[in-house]
Amino acid sequence: MIGADLFTALPEIVLALFAMAALMVGVYGGKDKLAEPILWATAGIMVLLGLFAGSKGLEAQTAFNGMYIADAFAHFSKMIILFSAAVVLVMGQSYLAARDLLRFEYPILIALSVVGMMLMVSSGDLIALYMGLELQSLALYVVATMNRDSLRSTEAGLKYFILGALASGLLLYGASLTYGYSGTTLFAGIITTISEDGMSVGLLMGLAFMLAGLAFKVSAVPFHMWTPDVYEGAPTPVTAFFATAPKVAAMALIARVVHEAFGVVPGDWTQIIAFLAAASMFVGAIAAIGQRNIKRLMAYSSISHMGFALVGLAAGTAQGVQAMLVYMAIYVTMNIGVFAFILTMSRDGKPVTDIDSLRQYSKAEPLRALALLVLMFSLAGVPPLVGFFGKFYVLWAAVEAGMTWLAVAGVVASVIGAFYYLRIVYYMYFGEEIEPLDTVRAPVQATLLVASAAIMVLGVINLFGIEGAAALAANALVK
Amino acid sequence: MLNLLSIITFTPAIAAAILAIFLRGEDEAAQSNAKWVALVATLATFAASLILLVGFDPQDTGFQFVEEHDWIMGFSYKMGVDGISILFVMLTTFLMPITIGACWNVTHRVKDYMIAFLLLETLMIGVFTALDLVLFYLFFEAGLIPMFLIIGIWGGKDRIYAAFKFFLYTFLGSVLMLVAMIAMYVDAGTTDIPTLLQHQFSTESFSLMGWQVLGGMQTLLWLAFFASFAVKMPMWPVHTWLPDAHVQAPTAGSVILAAVLLKMGGYGFLRFSLPMFPVASDIFAPLVLWLSAIAIVYTSLVALMQEDMKKLIAYSSVAHMGFVTMGIFAANQQGLDGAIFQMISHGFISGALFLAVGVIYDRMHTREIVAYGGLINRMPVYAAVFLLFTMANVGLPGTSGFVGEFLTFMGVFQVNTWVAFFAATGVILSAGYALWLFRRVVMGELIKESLKGIKDMDRREKLLIGPLVAMTLILGVYPALVTDIIGPSVTALVDGHTLALQAHEAASQLAQN
Repeated sequence: MIGADLFTALPEIVLALFAMAALMVGVYGGKDKLAEPILWATAGIMVLLGLFAGSKGLEAQTAFNGMYIADAFAHFSKMIILFSAAVVLVMGQSYLAARDLLRFEYPILIALSVVGMMLMVSSGDLIALYMGLELQSLALYVVATMNRDSLRSTEAGLKYFILGALASGLLLYGASLTYGYSGTTLFAGIITTISEDGMSVGLLMGLAFMLAGLAFKVSAVPFHMWTPDVYEGAPTPVTAFFATAPKVAAMALIARVVHEAFGVVPGDWTQIIAFLAAASMFVGAIAAIGQRNIKRLMAYSSISHMGFALVGLAAGTAQGVQAMLVYMAIYVTMNIGVFAFILTMSRDGKPVTDIDSLRQYSKAEPLRALALLVLMFSLAGVPPLVGFFGKFYVLWAAVEAGMTWLAVAGVVASVIGAFYYLRIVYYMYFGEEIEPLDTVRAPVQATLLVASAAIMVLGVINLFGIEGAAALAANALVK
Repeated sequence: MLNLLSIITFTPAIAAAILAIFLRGEDEAAQSNAKWVALVATLATFAASLILLVGFDPQDTGFQFVEEHDWIMGFSYKMGVDGISILFVMLTTFLMPITIGACWNVTHRVKDYMIAFLLLETLMIGVFTALDLVLFYLFFEAGLIPMFLIIGIWGGKDRIYAAFKFFLYTFLGSVLMLVAMIAMYVDAGTTDIPTLLQHQFSTESFSLMGWQVLGGMQTLLWLAFFASFAVKMPMWPVHTWLPDAHVQAPTAGSVILAAVLLKMGGYGFLRFSLPMFPVASDIFAPLVLWLSAIAIVYTSLVALMQEDMKKLIAYSSVAHMGFVTMGIFAANQQGLDGAIFQMISHGFISGALFLAVGVIYDRMHTREIVAYGGLINRMPVYAAVFLLFTMANVGLPGTSGFVGEFLTFMGVFQVNTWVAFFAATGVILSAGYALWLFRRVVMGELIKESLKGIKDMDRREKLLIGPLVAMTLILGVYPALVTDIIGPSVTALVDGHTLALQAHEAASQLAQN
């Protein structure tokens, strides 16, 4: 029933067809003059698809003999991915246009990478997994180098490409081992083999290599080296994109693989993930202390946050998956706010990324400074801001699963991490005065910044109901 | 009124929101508006809390004025007061208008300053009224944000160092408590404090990485809570953040820090450590008693050598908090009565002392003791007020300071005579540093040229310090005002503690046979 299969995978197909059509229009139409309408159209269609994914029922559907899974977990992840990608596209538009970087390929590449991400979270098979992952990554390698005249940007792209290829190699090697020892590439088949014949050493190696490859994508320590350089070198809107949607997709993919393919032997992978989590939290927190560049700082911050999200997965329970999803949703919201702010940082029309330049920013722009203050405390996990509830959720999952040591490690890392978030607050509110930043009129960015901060404050009332949705998604994945 | 506690808690926050949204500009009119809004809001909060006090029935040892609503993740928004917490609420609402009055001369970012204090009041009251573990943690931790900003923006020369130290020190203590709270939630299946008070946490010993953990889970939970409350209190040897924070904070910040924020640690011991982990509390009681005795003697000696007035009072605060922890972990009626009384009275006395330092700091812009001397010649009223609070700080009978110290001594004497003995030497030392400070600042001839033109306290300052004088004297001669309210709840707490220990004793006897 190819028709039914195609219908199940409709969102991906629609977005892919749209991307190709837009490419045709771009190439044979007005080229870069059409970049802006294409960007808006892409964002619009992503929002529509996000709403569509949200409206899907709880019933799980599979297509292409189980290679493609559309369940509540996939829908929830897709919603976060699509909405955040659309917001980031819109957010970066004026920045790119002002610097003559807005090419018509940009929204198209982003759309293709989002197709890859959607495929990643829906994959039920090693081949589908790899296809999605590569589609996502290749598009991202290109956008990282979008600023062709900048040495940094090209360096970032190249570095990302080489290290990414290495990670893909590891992943493929792991996938081939898994295939060799289970005789199938379907997750459902792998898990059947394991529950019948037990976990063989070959499968264990396969699992470890696959996790290593996936850890690269979420920039978990020790596979994080590329993150600061790429974040710093890529144009800021692209960095904002790197920090949000791909992280969600890769995190969801890890959850998918470990639960759908290796769910019966949690003991074998929870250790690996717990190690990745603990290492990421500490390295992210400690290494960020020395950073003066806010983009590098946010890179280490995201490494640390990925560590926290992995704490949820390390629990190996439905509650842990729910915690991870809640955490990722909150993380993405906070990062959108912070990057919206970074996009407005400029002096004499040139972008600035030095955190020193924020000194006494609260005098020039009290509202934006206040919003950033809220976001910084939220990133640090100080209650009553929503960032705290994200941390609470993952720690709770860890303690419930008997991993109290990991929870203790997490809170200690969060104290270390609090230092550099506080330092930004300190620069804005009680640093010495220096030459101020430009006061930029940036309605879109300012609105997003303030909205993100407002969500962090108001979420204390009921977290906007996200925990219920995340619980449904997690229960769909973990049976 | 069903949601009186919510009204009391959130009135200041609403005022802060009104200031944030509607008040524009930095001119004189806007500044004075901000101050008046804040003053009216805090006075209204105080008035509302008086209704609470009148409606409170001391004989009922359960929680009163309880309100409960569902919240996220299976927690609940639950508020209530009992005999232990109500007076802390009163202390907070009573001191806040005075604190706001103490920053009347501030001209730098007045609106933000008022917002920070109003939010801080909401969070402080919330700590004392929350009846849900997570809600409590929320208020407890969130207070760090406004206090960080108060020290950082309006503080003294080394304010940045002090602000960071304050934040990170207390944050580290609290996050361990967070893990313990999660563990309690997992164990008991609820975060409801009244239910948790009835829940018995396991006391079965187990070994952890080769270490035999006596008292089992209770011990670990107790230690995690101790990490948080001991830092907040602060107890020796984790008190070092306090002198820095105090010295650098603006006057109003110091007042609120000493008078209310430090009490959160003591309140935490009373609400969580003692009743929820009775066996672990019993195991660690000797340790806490000795730490308290060391704190009293050591910080009194350190206070003796200070050259900065605020630092001296800060160290004396640490010593006085030593009496509080000593009283709490004596775990008998007198000890607990004394500890609570000492916290309330220290709220008035230390608040007044910081105000008094603020009075002369506003005039001379220095806190160095050597810069003063002979103030009595030009500031008779100030000298009298300062003398009263010096004496109250020493614990002179007739002032509230005496009652608290005496009761804690009585409590601890029944438990550990040696600790009582060493703590008593601390009283002598406190007389030493306090009187010496008074002698150097107020007495003698006025010879310093710069002091020749100094003026006595003005009407605003008298108005601020007057209520504190009154409370110190009233509680000094009529302590029943406090003990009548806290008495029944404390009795219930002590009885529960004794029962739990007896049950544990019987159980372990049974296990041995």
